[in-house]
Amino acid sequence: MFIKVNKDKCTGCETCLSSCPYDAIIVKDGKADITELCQLCRSCLSVCPEGAIFEVEEEADKKEKAQGSGVWVFAEQRDGELAGVSFELLGAGRRLAEKLGGEVSAVLFGGSAAGAEELIRWGADKVYHCDDGMFGAFNDEPYAGLLAELITQYRPEIVLAGATPIGRSFFPRVAARLKTGLTADCTSLDIDGETKNLLQVRPAFGGNIMATILCPHTRPQMATVRPRVMKRGEYDASRKGEVVKIRADNVKSRTKVIETIREVSEMSVNLQEANIIVSGGRGMGGEKGFQLLFDLAEALGGCVGASRAAVDEGWIPYRHQVGQTGKTVGPKLYIACGISGAVQHLVGMQSSDIIVAINKNPDAPIFSVATYGIVGDLFEILPLLTKKIKEVKGA
Amino acid sequence: MKIVVCVKQVPDTAEVRINPETNTLIRDGVESIINPYDMHAIEAGLQIREKTGGKVTVLTMGPPQAENALREAISMGVDDAVLLTDRSFAGSDTWATAYALSKAIEHLGADVILCGKQAIDGDTAQVGPEIAEFLDIPHIAYIRKIEDVKEGRIVVQRLMDEGYDLMESSLPVLLTVVRELNVPRMPSLKGKMAAKKAGIKKLTAADIGAEESKLGLRGSPTQVRNIFAPEAKRDRKIIDGTNEEIIDALVKELTGLKCL
Repeated sequence: MFIKVNKDKCTGCETCLSSCPYDAIIVKDGKADITELCQLCRSCLSVCPEGAIFEVEEEADKKEKAQGSGVWVFAEQRDGELAGVSFELLGAGRRLAEKLGGEVSAVLFGGSAAGAEELIRWGADKVYHCDDGMFGAFNDEPYAGLLAELITQYRPEIVLAGATPIGRSFFPRVAARLKTGLTADCTSLDIDGETKNLLQVRPAFGGNIMATILCPHTRPQMATVRPRVMKRGEYDASRKGEVVKIRADNVKSRTKVIETIREVSEMSVNLQEANIIVSGGRGMGGEKGFQLLFDLAEALGGCVGASRAAVDEGWIPYRHQVGQTGKTVGPKLYIACGISGAVQHLVGMQSSDIIVAINKNPDAPIFSVATYGIVGDLFEILPLLTKKIKEVKGA
Repeated sequence: MKIVVCVKQVPDTAEVRINPETNTLIRDGVESIINPYDMHAIEAGLQIREKTGGKVTVLTMGPPQAENALREAISMGVDDAVLLTDRSFAGSDTWATAYALSKAIEHLGADVILCGKQAIDGDTAQVGPEIAEFLDIPHIAYIRKIEDVKEGRIVVQRLMDEGYDLMESSLPVLLTVVRELNVPRMPSLKGKMAAKKAGIKKLTAADIGAEESKLGLRGSPTQVRNIFAPEAKRDRKIIDGTNEEIIDALVKELTGLKCL
């Protein structure tokens, strides 16, 4: 497919220019032209008052779709423990498989036999398990090599991984090798009723816009899925399935993990698993301001998060960052303090159950997603709130 | 040591918004910048050169106006700048982009290839690892520290969710870098002068020997079907009063919802 301009109809009115997210339209000699920046997002098609912008189908668009069946999810383990996103992927994979027909399989590299069984109870019909010692620590080449081998052998239709540092690092290698499409960091997946293609929705431009991506002609359709966005599948302790043992005979690695260093302080634990998060932004003014948040988080038994602005200022380390370029969280309670609410932050926390926003600016966008809004001075309110929580909890 | 840094020219995305009624983008006054993560990759390239000697080449794929990004990189002190530009790249997704860049890197030759961890417009983080796969070399993503680099071997720290991994790789290698790695230097006056005068080398699809069927739209497995505005939700309840009243009311609400 291509987007073209009918030069006879075009009046050079420039209406289309602002519709293009990629700056791909130029007006030259009084006529619009689509440049090589075009990503075929179709945004411009409807805006032309003259109807001069149109799409051209190509022969290649009609070619036969590659074959494949079943949904695979890559079950990530760290230090032998299954990552929570694995269960979310099984939930998502099950919903897709119901619309397509076919099985849901999990792929587990490293980890234990008990872990493989656990994946079945979370919804896998089949688990491809390789417990070779080389998969204990994460290395891109062996992970990519063995997964590409398995996909070539068994031909699934869809392959999903968590959009974690691991999934986002090695899945691109697999897609490149198999000459198939990969969509990063999806927040929603569905099946097109007509074509049966996977509809992959993801944020772009720092979360300011959403895009639906297709991989129409090649298989498998591959995607990484943002953790904490999809619902887990149903856990069934009596569920039965098959574990297929896999050997890694042809797998090489030119990188080596010398040592894994944990840097998690007691307070910061894993933000993504936290039930309560107290988060701060530029309005906290500095490290001293963040101490108020740590005090409140401690009283509540929660973790401290931060906006990108606060992390960029160097007030708190990156691993506390919530948002598009940080972590996506979904706690029961999220208290946003001195955070204005840039879209890039909102996409990382708006699925929280209850959101409390405290900000001195009543027009801050954070209030648009807040359950409770408080307009006021953080440096007065936070110490009082911490004191009150301690009283309530102590009682 | 031959070092190639891949950069992308991106719109300053904090300003991009979508009009929810017309579903079109509002992008008045949005400037183009070098992808911020790529600035750290340029700095890393310069620091490696300072240690081992060699040459830093900055490479971008894009339209002719992407030359501005390359001139900015030259002002920071890189030796060479290459613009990969051709109409046949139109509509490239990450697969086709990585293929074209990998052919250009093959053409240039490299021991260390540096990329930002992701671009702030697409946010995919896929092009770096895909380039490594096309070149059949190893890659390590999310580099926050380069501990040691010498002929044939590099030791780095890879940022992970719960800490970091100390990793070793053979060369050539591709690294994608995070902000913690360094603070990008400001252009020097001398650098700015050099940037004005510098010749930008241009490469086309034919120059790098790329296969037509793997380029642009035709070579791209994925397509964008449509774009739309993220939905806003939730009705807020503003809690008013003196600070004491506010806190009493909030704690009462949260207790009622069993949040505490």
